[in-house]
Amino acid sequence: MEDRTPVGPYKDSKARDPRVAAAIRSGVAVGLAVSLYGVSFGALAVAAGLDVWQTCVLSLLMFTGGSQFALIGVLAAGGVPVTAATGWSAIAAATLLGTRNALYALRTAPIVGPGAARRLLAAHWTIDETAAVSTAQPTPEARRAGFWVTGAVIYAGWNTTTLIGALLGDLLGDVRAWGLDAAAAAAFLGLLWPRLRGLQPVAVAIAAAVVAVALAPWTPAGVPVLAAAAVAIVAGLTNALGRRRGTAGEGTPA
Amino acid sequence: MNAWLVILVACAAAFTLKLSGFFVPATLLERPRIARTADLMTAGLLAALVATQTFTVGPELVVDARLPAVVLAGVLLALRAPFVVVVVAAAAAAAGIRALGWLA
Repeated sequence: MEDRTPVGPYKDSKARDPRVAAAIRSGVAVGLAVSLYGVSFGALAVAAGLDVWQTCVLSLLMFTGGSQFALIGVLAAGGVPVTAATGWSAIAAATLLGTRNALYALRTAPIVGPGAARRLLAAHWTIDETAAVSTAQPTPEARRAGFWVTGAVIYAGWNTTTLIGALLGDLLGDVRAWGLDAAAAAAFLGLLWPRLRGLQPVAVAIAAAVVAVALAPWTPAGVPVLAAAAVAIVAGLTNALGRRRGTAGEGTPA
Repeated sequence: MNAWLVILVACAAAFTLKLSGFFVPATLLERPRIARTADLMTAGLLAALVATQTFTVGPELVVDARLPAVVLAGVLLALRAPFVVVVVAAAAAAAGIRALGWLA
């Protein structure tokens, strides 16, 4: 037993389970890749008018990339100083985008193990990537390992790269010259892409994009995005263009 | 409105949502209509954010180097490129186009 080489970074007996080892490798790979674009978030947050502390607090306490980008996107569009309309729109956009985490939490809650403190931390770490990696594993042990490794790697990596990006942001000057504004748009597209399966989400996405762009010149920052969300909510409640007992609501994490 | 207030309220809301999934009965959130609406709202929000991040500067509609960069991102996603490759390629494309003085 003792002469076997551990296959994962952990030397406890569980790491010798190849499925747990695979979950750990998957978590580390996903975590490192996602962490890289924290640099982009940090730099854009500073460009949007936040200071380095505010930028880092967002990554530490909000810790859900889509909502963070949405919040600073609205703040950037509204400019400084932040008006009440812009501020509440930014909060609303970030919060609505964060509702998917509640659905992920339904799937991660049975995975993460017992204990109040552990479950509070698990809730904080319930995001696209931890939900995706953990639920993709074949055994309970592998699902738990996948969740915690992915969460730990991303939490450490995302906050480190956010700080680097925020500090670089001051040095970079014009974020447009580095293409960071395009990086934010591409990141949103990357989050959207796996959700575009079937007529209904594609139609809703196109309608939402058209509504947002059409309203942008005429409404305060943030309102176009919220109006687009309202279009999607109406489509969801009425099941417009959906199947009657369709598969659209299954919502497997991307 | 103080930026700190915006940040802390939004952070509290984000955590409350995550935590709700640990305590709200699964049967409530897994009703087809609720789950479908949440999924479509997420898609709609992301699509709106793609569109506004691509075409707006403040309140103005602008076509610039972001558009070809986002098209490139879409092509790479269709080719199943990893997320970080897509993001870096889009940034590089926009930066390169601007460095050449096109679509500034």
